[in-house]
Amino acid sequence: MAQDKAEDLALLTATVAGQPAGEPPKRADQFLAKRQRRVAYGILAPGGVYLLIAFIVPLIIVVYTSLQTGGLLSGGYTFTWAFDNYADAFSSSKIFIIRAVVYAGLATLIGILLAYPMAYWIAFYAGKWKSTLFFLILVPFFVSFVIRTVQWNFILADDGVLFGPLKTIGLLPDDFRVLASPVAVVAGLTYNFLPFTALPLYVALERIDKRLVEAAKDLYASRFEAFRKVVLPLSYPGLFAALVLSFVPATGDYVNSGVLGSNRTTMVGQVIQTKFLTEADYPEAAALSVILMLGMLVIALAYAKALGTEDAALAAGAA
Amino acid sequence: MSATALDRATTEAPPLRTKRKRWTSYILPVFTIAMIVYLASPVFIMIVFSFNDIAGQRQIADFTCCTLNWWSEMFAIPALNESVKTSILVAIPAAIVATALGTLIGLVLGRYGFRGRGATNFVIFLAIAIPEIVLASSLLSMFVLGKTPIGYGTILFSHIGFAIAFVAITVRARVQGLDRSLENAAQDLFATPFQAFTKVTLPLILPGIVAGFLLAFVLSLDDFVITNFVGGAVNTFPTWVYGATRIGVPPQVNVWGTILFSAGLLTAGLNLVASFRANRRAEAAAASASATLRGPSAA
Repeated sequence: MAQDKAEDLALLTATVAGQPAGEPPKRADQFLAKRQRRVAYGILAPGGVYLLIAFIVPLIIVVYTSLQTGGLLSGGYTFTWAFDNYADAFSSSKIFIIRAVVYAGLATLIGILLAYPMAYWIAFYAGKWKSTLFFLILVPFFVSFVIRTVQWNFILADDGVLFGPLKTIGLLPDDFRVLASPVAVVAGLTYNFLPFTALPLYVALERIDKRLVEAAKDLYASRFEAFRKVVLPLSYPGLFAALVLSFVPATGDYVNSGVLGSNRTTMVGQVIQTKFLTEADYPEAAALSVILMLGMLVIALAYAKALGTEDAALAAGAA
Repeated sequence: MSATALDRATTEAPPLRTKRKRWTSYILPVFTIAMIVYLASPVFIMIVFSFNDIAGQRQIADFTCCTLNWWSEMFAIPALNESVKTSILVAIPAAIVATALGTLIGLVLGRYGFRGRGATNFVIFLAIAIPEIVLASSLLSMFVLGKTPIGYGTILFSHIGFAIAFVAITVRARVQGLDRSLENAAQDLFATPFQAFTKVTLPLILPGIVAGFLLAFVLSLDDFVITNFVGGAVNTFPTWVYGATRIGVPPQVNVWGTILFSAGLLTAGLNLVASFRANRRAEAAAASASATLRGPSAA
């Protein structure tokens, strides 16, 4: 056993150092597989450990924090299995959770309606312009998310570059305003999460074998039928990815509501932020985060089951 | 000779269906262009408004052409300078460390079968799909529980953490697209595994590593939510701008935004060109390698 280990270690160091790995063993294949596995764990270790400390452990600790009671003034928080925190958090923030889900859902839906025709046209008809057009779509996202949102604040302003001229020529009433309304927040969310819908849709549509569409047409399908019966079903993975990748982050967002909305558009993200950073009410803020996380986990598991983790991560990575 | 003749034959063959251009065929391209304009509009506004000739110190919705005032006074706000400096001082080391760690993960995931591979893939997927606010509050919970002093260190630690997953999938995609026979060929030609890795594998996946590094850098530079939670009193560029929206954003923000945007665009463009060239080089190398391998058997 110990000798076995030592041998493997020697092999691993040899492999890493680049020396030929001793004499070939008898059951070479088995041995190679084992060695490969050891090597794999060795290479995986540093990054894996970091992910453990910076990702997995915090997720456990936030659950732990969500079950604490006490107060900063009364000597800090202690762990007491306080499941009441969840009931309290949910009942006091129900409206903000519902609002976040509705806004994020609307933004995702509008985002898909906008991104699908664009992704479809680029994937099927743009020919040699494909990459260039797609690059143009991504260019704006080299500007920080916060700054883009701040600029929308100026575009949508009551007398800004968009509505100012329309009011001057009388197309809009003078008291027309979008800023500080749910419309502005949904518009901001739609804009900011559009690449997360466009990318997976484009990737899915681009993969479709164009000859299938030709075949459908040869079999007397109209253009619309060919789209509905061939292209659309084949793009479902992309649609699903777009749905998840836009809806999940949009639900937790607080920048759009903070910059473009008012206190009547408060979303659950803002509540978590205020409780954590201003009120230092860690347990309830943590409980709200865990609620969001569980919702997201359910969606992610459904997603991974439907697509497989690798495809899912690929689509996510594309975004 | 025959190849060119064939080419001509295929290009000159009449299309199976002659398409009549109806007005409906212009709907989608026009829509796509409109979408590109829509997506670019805030960037356009940012650049134009960095030249806005206004009296006050805060950006307003009206545009008056034009002044270079804000460009010449880009350093006039010390807190803003400090935040840009912090952003860069976080993004560079975060991208370097995340690239090193993420590349190793991506290499293993793209290459080896091992127990726990599915789980690792799932963790990577979660790390990318998780709403930022959940990760942010989790990290802050950990720092509060561990009584960790909040500031530059916690920002850097957190940025490395979330960037690793993005580097890993970028590199993994590149490793999976790799032709394994090239590496096998190198080993057949008596290269040690280490030589095969450094001389064949590494150059081939280098564009993926560079892309991962750039992605990590941009993500770190752009991050708002996590920095907002774990930064305490330390501001990066995005968190400073967000704080400034309450009282009004100074036009210098547009100047800095334009500079960072141009730098990002330039780097991405250069990487695109470099990866295109690397692909061509790799193809040429593969062609000559297969020619060498085929050589003796043909002779």
